[in-house]
Amino acid sequence: MSGVLVVMEARGGAWNRMSFETLAAGQQLAAGLGVAARAAVVGSGVAGLARELAGYKLEKVYAVSHALLGEYTADGFAAAVEALVRRDGADVVLFPHTYQVRDFAPKVATRFGRVLVSDATGFRAEGGLVFVRQLFQGKLNADVRVSGDGPQFASIQAGAFRAESAEAGQAAVEEFAPELAAGTIRQKPEAPFRESARAVDLTAAEIIVSVGRGIKEKENIGVVEELAKALGAEMAASRPICDNGWLPMERQVGSSGQTVAPKVYVAVGISGAIQHLVGMKGSKTIVAINKDANAPIFEVADYGIVGDLFEVVPALVAEVRKVRG
Amino acid sequence: MKIIVAIKQVPVRDSQLKPEAGGRWIEEGDLSFEINEPDAYALEEALQLKEKHGGEVIALCLGPARASQTIREALAKGADRALHVEEEDTAGLDTLGVAALLAEAAKRESPDLILTGLQSDDLGYGQTGVVMAELLGLPHATIIMQVEAGEGKLRVKRELEDGWFQHVEMPLPAVLTIQSGINKLRYATLMGIKKAKTKEIKKLAAADLGGKRASAAVLEKVYAPQRTKQTQMIEGDAKTAAAKLVEKLRFEVRAI
Ligand SMILES: Cc1cc2nc3c(=O)[nH]c(=O)nc-3n(C[C@H](O)[C@H](O)[C@H](O)COP(=O)(O)OP(=O)(O)OC[C@H]3O[C@@H](n4cnc5c(N)ncnc54)[C@H](O)[C@@H]3O)c2cc1C
Ligand SMILES: Nc1ncnc2c1ncn2[C@@H]1O[C@H](COP(=O)(O)O)[C@@H](O)[C@H]1O
Repeated sequence: MSGVLVVMEARGGAWNRMSFETLAAGQQLAAGLGVAARAAVVGSGVAGLARELAGYKLEKVYAVSHALLGEYTADGFAAAVEALVRRDGADVVLFPHTYQVRDFAPKVATRFGRVLVSDATGFRAEGGLVFVRQLFQGKLNADVRVSGDGPQFASIQAGAFRAESAEAGQAAVEEFAPELAAGTIRQKPEAPFRESARAVDLTAAEIIVSVGRGIKEKENIGVVEELAKALGAEMAASRPICDNGWLPMERQVGSSGQTVAPKVYVAVGISGAIQHLVGMKGSKTIVAINKDANAPIFEVADYGIVGDLFEVVPALVAEVRKVRG
Repeated sequence: MKIIVAIKQVPVRDSQLKPEAGGRWIEEGDLSFEINEPDAYALEEALQLKEKHGGEVIALCLGPARASQTIREALAKGADRALHVEEEDTAGLDTLGVAALLAEAAKRESPDLILTGLQSDDLGYGQTGVVMAELLGLPHATIIMQVEAGEGKLRVKRELEDGWFQHVEMPLPAVLTIQSGINKLRYATLMGIKKAKTKEIKKLAAADLGGKRASAAVLEKVYAPQRTKQTQMIEGDAKTAAAKLVEKLRFEVRAI
């Protein structure tokens, strides 16, 4: 059966929100190709989620369920999704680009002799199928043309499509119990955990001043801390700053850190990789200070200053102090 | 433990990148290159595992002749030897094509463990390690922040979203993709640099490894992204720009 199949993600009975962005993408791609869209939810006891999914404009919804899919494993999910794709026969299979999808979807694509076009931001049906994706952490874009028989696989970048644009409708639910054997699942997962209680709750801050690798050395962090102090802001950072132990982990903003949406977010010496952007894109006003005029952070900034942070930030501190007295 | 570490050579961070005239890749003429960031962490993890459990660390790189400099650096840090799949036209390979060559080269060594970086800084597919695992029939885990090796098995710490983690156990041999920040990187010592000169770099060609696969996902065009957001760029020297920004934050944003 031709069509676009969207593989949704849920954990512990709750959707990963990115799934609905991908659902919207799948509906749009199907419309562009003139084929039907279908969607699937994979796990154990997913009937309720499948029913919810049946309220969208889809040809069919699969409830892919098995006791061995209750806990995520790469081997279990790869086998289940492979079986689903073979049964469904879609031309294109879309996933949200989540950490879980990174873990198993390339394996599925490989079993079909295909490449997963990962982290795609868009597509065009143009004499075949072309996906748009970023290179060099968002500094350049690329068109990737896929070819060959069999399903094409892609995962969709966070925020590239709007979940709200997924069209409502009505679909029938089909139950699918893939054949899985416990002995073929080699990963033994333990319960997820958090490292430590978060002492700082960045989500409550009105203003956040966030520092990235442009700061060069631990000794320089103070330059940016001065600005946070002058503005009465909380300090945050990109991942490499926390990896290096220059600021504590709990101040990390991004896909593996906190998601914040303050009134003002000041990004200092941060390039704007997607994993950082997903954690702060929702801020009301974004200010970026970066010496590279082409840094992707300017793509989301409301106000931008291209310049050396070691000159701009102290000047800002002086100006803020002037008006604050 | 025999450990293979896949290392890729990429343009140094903060390079000014320009699409080449044909638009299929970037202009490389003026660029300098370095080890892909997470691969440096994967190498360090391999060296630490060797220090604990003994064995051998083999660096594996597919890339043009210039990649030998990055390979030498890995040897200087402590890798015992290296495999260099020399290939000038890397842009003509898709991930499956790259992974197939790397997997074939790795297979011949029968390693206990294969480490790759989580993601390349240039292409950023984030999947070469997973594809290698599938091609080799090995179990894998991704986004790894800790590795404990035991008798015939591994226990690793995976990073999940939003600050969550999970431990996963699996049998050896296995493939892991390593996240940046898992450990502290070491510098090459003078002694290491000297020793590296005597270490073996075995050159392989695609033809020795079953040949190149036809690419099913082709980079057709590389281009600068179009700005969609109307960013107000604030001009002037540092003092002028700072004063203007503060004014905006006061009167437009009303945050000060
Ligand atoms: C699975 C995964 C999860 C991740 N999770 C996160 C996450 O939660 N949070 C996160 O932040 N990252 C995360 N990352 C990493 C992310 O991809 C980027 O590598 C990281 O955000 C880059 O940090 P940066 O912008 O500080 O550094 P860089 O990318 O090195 O950028 C530094 C910037 O500083 C600028 N600069 C340099 N000197 C100056 C100067 N003197 N004045 C002004 N500007 C200057 C440069 O132009 C550059 O734009 C994750 C990556 C992966 C693969
Ligand atoms: N040409 C290559 N040579 C060696 N290792 C590679 C190569 N390409 C990718 N890798 C490895 O695979 C990882 C993920 O790359 P990618 O799938 O392109 O994001 C990298 O961090 C490297 O460890």
